[in-house]
Amino acid sequence: MPYYELIKNFEKVRSYIREFYIYGFKSRTEYDAKSARSYDDERRRIESWLGDYMHFTQTAEGKNVFLSVDSRVTRRNPFYKAWKAKSFTDGDITLHFAIFDILYTPEVKKTLAELVEEIDQLLSYRMTFDESTVRKKLKEYAKEGIIQIEKEGRRVWYRRSPDTDLSGLKDVIDFFSEVAPCGVIGSFLQDKCMFRSAHSRRKPLFSFKHHYMTQAMDSDVMAMLFEAIQERRYVMVDNLSRHSDKVRTIRLVPLKLYISAQNGRQYLIAYHEKAGRLSSYRLDYLSNVRIEEEMCEEFDALRDALRGAESHMWGVNCKKNLKDTEHVEFELRVGEGEEFIVQRLEREKRCGRVEKIDEHHYRYIADVFDTTEMIPWIRTFVSRITRMNFSNRTAENQFRADIQEMYRMYGLSGGEESDFQ
Amino acid sequence: MGFREVKRVIFSELYSVYYNTVADIIRTAFQPGTTEKDLQQCVLKEAFSESVLNILPALKSGKWPLLKEDLTPVLRHRPTMPLTLLEKRWLKAIAEDPRVKLFGAAFPALDDVRPLFTKEDYRIYDQYADGDPFEDETYIRHFRLILSAIRENRPVRITMTNRRGKEVWMRFRPKGFEYSVKDDKIRIIATGCRFRQFNLARINSCKYYGGGGPWREKPPEERKQDLTLLIKDERNALERVMLHFAHFEKRAERLEGDRYCLHLKYYESDETEMVIRVLSFGPCVKVLAPSGFVDLIKERLVLQKSCELK
Repeated sequence: MPYYELIKNFEKVRSYIREFYIYGFKSRTEYDAKSARSYDDERRRIESWLGDYMHFTQTAEGKNVFLSVDSRVTRRNPFYKAWKAKSFTDGDITLHFAIFDILYTPEVKKTLAELVEEIDQLLSYRMTFDESTVRKKLKEYAKEGIIQIEKEGRRVWYRRSPDTDLSGLKDVIDFFSEVAPCGVIGSFLQDKCMFRSAHSRRKPLFSFKHHYMTQAMDSDVMAMLFEAIQERRYVMVDNLSRHSDKVRTIRLVPLKLYISAQNGRQYLIAYHEKAGRLSSYRLDYLSNVRIEEEMCEEFDALRDALRGAESHMWGVNCKKNLKDTEHVEFELRVGEGEEFIVQRLEREKRCGRVEKIDEHHYRYIADVFDTTEMIPWIRTFVSRITRMNFSNRTAENQFRADIQEMYRMYGLSGGEESDFQ
Repeated sequence: MGFREVKRVIFSELYSVYYNTVADIIRTAFQPGTTEKDLQQCVLKEAFSESVLNILPALKSGKWPLLKEDLTPVLRHRPTMPLTLLEKRWLKAIAEDPRVKLFGAAFPALDDVRPLFTKEDYRIYDQYADGDPFEDETYIRHFRLILSAIRENRPVRITMTNRRGKEVWMRFRPKGFEYSVKDDKIRIIATGCRFRQFNLARINSCKYYGGGGPWREKPPEERKQDLTLLIKDERNALERVMLHFAHFEKRAERLEGDRYCLHLKYYESDETEMVIRVLSFGPCVKVLAPSGFVDLIKERLVLQKSCELK
């Protein structure tokens, strides 16, 4: 197959973009041992879409490709471009423009035979379409909501759907394209002709901080899961296991999506019926979501169970049994003029409570499903932790050992500063 | 077991750069006197860098018979397409977001459309709890006034309460907004005064400023600093670190064994935040440079030692 800029399947490019953006230190040979050609094609495509952000480094193993984006400066997520690279046939694009030229306003309605005839005339027979091809395309467009089908006795009429007035929504769409789930759909709206005038092309009002743009690559999976959640249906989905590096197909009841603003991850919280438990699944490891006909009768009860569990969830680990928690306590020294530390505790805690012990000490207390999820946050208070007590002793011992290891790494244990052991 | 017919959700040619560019070319071709160069410009402006090799050649050769030989359009109307159901469902979902009230925009009637998601369907689980009051009338009024001032390039005068509880006033030209999903806060980007940013929620009052001022005054330049981290890929640290710092300008390299080096650039004003973000990875990440940043980490560790953790 000769190289083509557009693609039919998104999965391959999804994983390449992720590798180039998140890691970017692998050489060509490590990507796809079976096909160097495949690597070259994907790299060339991504360069065509995202060339401004693509960089190269030369190492002993060869040339490495990486994507680097300062998200505070880039006001529009560049990764949305990948979603706009779907391939099509010559007939698809020709038929598309011909249909909407004939059905140029919602007032115009045509039968299939009339449409076929008028398309032939419009294109001066340079390309012709049979009734079945046009019917199939119209049916597809009716599902997308852009064509309406009306039956009048034995006659079937086709007309375009009414236009939607988006004037006045430019700033709204600009903002939510970057901050709302499935923001790429907002980017599709930005591409509409009413937003393409010089006036509308003015610089977006907003820039964004702590902006994990790579989440865009999971938009399709996310939209399918939202669809299943809204319809309370089971899904079958392929899940890549991080440990075994194998893909397993699992059947789940999707309940809610958990999105991180601090570590770039997105999760599905779902009920795994076979295992009888609530579990979390990384969206970037999921693919091929299929929504079943069968609805889950227990959906509301499962959602309630999740809602109940949320008061013990620091991250995404959850359990149905609310008694299955671990106790976490730690105390902080808060000096004169350091009230911001107490504010930090209140602002950043996701569950649990803060207690004042005395003028200069505060205690944080929580019962959570998984202590280890809290550890990174507790470490941010290093310099003022005076006491700790975890019911999960392994986690506490690990925390203490880690602090000792950090003293050693930075030469604060009496010995020389050194790297990792 | 039956599956519902999979609707082509997001990855569809209907939203493609090619369809949009061809629509743009045809619209341009409707203008009398349009040249091939004008059409080529549409491709350069709208499409991907290699699209010039495909789009116009396909139109000119009749592979996509939408232009005549003289490059005038075959179509009789400027191309448009109604919104897809997916686009309407997304619009309906954001219309229900509290932050939308800021903009005071009138949404089209979408009564017969089900939102793509509701606030019950997702949660930003690590967002800070003291986000801005997006539904507060005063806050909304301030946002809209600043927005108008940005559009009209007019200066504003605001009052705020400083850290000592005293009300102070400032005048500046607002240039834009910055939103952080982690903080759930909007900051105003300013020029014409010595501060670069103001928290929108901290403003007590806000109006257009009619007086003069030394508008040449500029906030200090936001300087970027280099940071080099050594990562030990233990407990999945590599993936966690690389994803956590993904939104920075950065470059990574593999060293020996399970060690990796990450070079990134951060804004000087975010230094304290960067220190605690690095600390959150514990002994899996070591700061190699600059020495000033290493000292900041050491300072915290020395203080921690003095806590005599029980």
